[in-house]
Amino acid sequence: MEKKLEVKICTGTLCYVMGGAELQLIDEYIPEDIIERIEIKGAPCLELCNKYDGPRAPFVKVGDRIVCEATVSKVIEVIKEELSK
Amino acid sequence: MSVTNNAMLIRRELLSIITKKINEGNLVETIDRLPLEIRPKHTDSVSRCCKYKDRAMLKYRLMALLGYSIQDEEDELMPISEYAQNALDREETSDTPLTVIDEACSACVKANYFVTNMCRGCVARPCIMNCPKQAIDFIGGHALINTDKCVSCGICVQNCPFHAIIYTPVPCEEACPVGAITKDEKGIEHIDDEKCIYCGRCITACPFGAMMEKSHVVDVMSAIKNPKRKIIAMVAPAIIGQFKQPLGRILNGIKELGFDDVIEVALGANTTTANEAAEFIERMNEGAPYMTTSCCTSYTQFITKHLPFMLPMVSHTKTPAYYTAEIAREKYPDADLVFVGPCLSKKKEAIMSDTIKYMLSFEEIGSMMVGLGIFLGKVEDIDLDPEIADSSRSYAISNGVMSAVAKKLPEGYPIKPLVISGINKASIRQMKMFEKKLPDYNMIEIMSCEGGCVNGCNVLAKSRIAAKQVMDVANYKE
Repeated sequence: MEKKLEVKICTGTLCYVMGGAELQLIDEYIPEDIIERIEIKGAPCLELCNKYDGPRAPFVKVGDRIVCEATVSKVIEVIKEELSK
Repeated sequence: MSVTNNAMLIRRELLSIITKKINEGNLVETIDRLPLEIRPKHTDSVSRCCKYKDRAMLKYRLMALLGYSIQDEEDELMPISEYAQNALDREETSDTPLTVIDEACSACVKANYFVTNMCRGCVARPCIMNCPKQAIDFIGGHALINTDKCVSCGICVQNCPFHAIIYTPVPCEEACPVGAITKDEKGIEHIDDEKCIYCGRCITACPFGAMMEKSHVVDVMSAIKNPKRKIIAMVAPAIIGQFKQPLGRILNGIKELGFDDVIEVALGANTTTANEAAEFIERMNEGAPYMTTSCCTSYTQFITKHLPFMLPMVSHTKTPAYYTAEIAREKYPDADLVFVGPCLSKKKEAIMSDTIKYMLSFEEIGSMMVGLGIFLGKVEDIDLDPEIADSSRSYAISNGVMSAVAKKLPEGYPIKPLVISGINKASIRQMKMFEKKLPDYNMIEIMSCEGGCVNGCNVLAKSRIAAKQVMDVANYKE
C-alpha cells in the first residue's frame, strides 16, 4: 500500500491566532480521493515563527514542504502537487 | 463569515507587537519606527495605493489599539510615541468602545447601484425611463448613475435588459442590523451612538478595517507590569472553544500573561441561572405574558434603544459577568477586574459597570499570548473550579441559557421556550410583532450573535468548532 502523505498543521498558539484556526476544518474541504492518500496531523510548534522578517504564520508541513501563510486552498494545492510527484 | 481576513491579521499582529514592547519596556522608544518596519523603504508588499498610505493607516490603527479615538487627533504631527506614553500613564479608559478611521474609510460607493460597461446604450433605455428620481443620465453612449440623486431603490436593475447594472453593497451599513451607520457629506461613515447596539458586526464587515475597537491592552499590560497593582481576569465561557486546548490549560495560559488570578465567568452564571429561574416563576405568578433573558448586552441595548415596549419583559437578573465581578471583588477588594470576552457588547458592559475596569476580547488575549511567547501546548493544565455547574458553561452557545434555566425549574413547570439566535432583520420583525400579538411562548432567550457567544465579533475560532467544544465540556445535549 502506498505510504500516506503526512500533512502537519501547526497547532501552536501563534499560528492559531494568526489565522491557523481556519485550518481546523481543512478535512471537510479535501476531495475524497485525496483524503484517502493523506494523513492530517496536528503538530506542536514547527519552530518557524517569531522571525521578524522571515516567512509568516500560519505554517503547515506537507511531506517535507513548508507552506507559510497557509490557507485551506493553498494547502490543498500543495497536497495535490505533492501527490502528483 | 470567514474569521480570517487580512485586516484582522494586521490588527492581531500590531496587538502582539504592542504587548511585546510593553513587556520589554520599550514601547514609547520604539513605536514610532513600527510603521516603517512593517512597510520598509523598498517593500513591494502594500495593502493600499502605496507604502506611505499604509504607514499612515498603521499609525491610526496603533492609535485605536492604544485606546484612542481617531477623532482625538488634534495635531497630525504628534508622534504615536506620545499617544503611547499618555496611554501608559492614564488612569481611566474611554467610555466609547468604537472608532472609525476616517482616512481608511471613504472607499465605498455612495449609491448602491452602478452601470457597468456591459451597458449597450440601447434605444429603449428602460433604466432612464423608469428611474423615479431622474438619477440616470446618458453620457458617451452609456447610462450613468448620478450618485447625488440616486436613492438606491434598485428599479434600474430590474429593468435593464442586459443585466448591465450591478448592486454593490456598503458592507458596514449592510451588516448593521439597526441602521446605526451612515455616511456624512464626504462619504465617511459615522456611528450613531443613540442607535448602536455594539454587536460589532461592522468591525468584521469592513474590508478596509476602518471600524476599530479602542483596545484596553495597554491599560491591562501596564497594570500587569506594575507590581503594586493586583489584576484579575474573569473569562467568559465561550473561551472553551477558542484554542483547541483543554479549558484548564487555556485558563492557566491567561494567568501566565501576568494576572494574579483567573476566574471563570461561568461561576457567576451559576447565580444568573438561579435568579433567572426564580424571577421567571415570580413573573409568571404575577401574570406576565412572557419574560426574556438579559445576559446579552447587545440585546438589552437593542431593546432599550429600538423596541422599548419590550423592556418590561426583560428580566432584571444580572449577567454572569456582574455576579462574577461581585465574587471577585469580595475576594480581592483592591484588585482591578478585567473581563475577557468574545465581543464588543461585553466591552460596553464593562464600560457601564462600576466594578469591572477593563475588557479584553479573545482576539486581544490571543494576541497577547503571541506577544509574550506563550505556547498553550506547553502550559500546564490546571484543575477547574468544582463549584461551576456544567450548564453555566453552556451559556456560550445558543439555547445555553434557556436549557440552564429550564433545568432549574421545578419538574413539570409549564415553560414554553423560544430561542432567538441572532438579531437580524427577520428576528427584529418577529420581535416587533410581539407588541400587537403576544408570543405563544412565555420564556424567550435572545442572543445578538447567531449561534450565541461563540460567534461573537472578536473570537478566534470558527463558531461551529467552538460550539462543539463548548458542548463537550459543558456536557450539553441537543
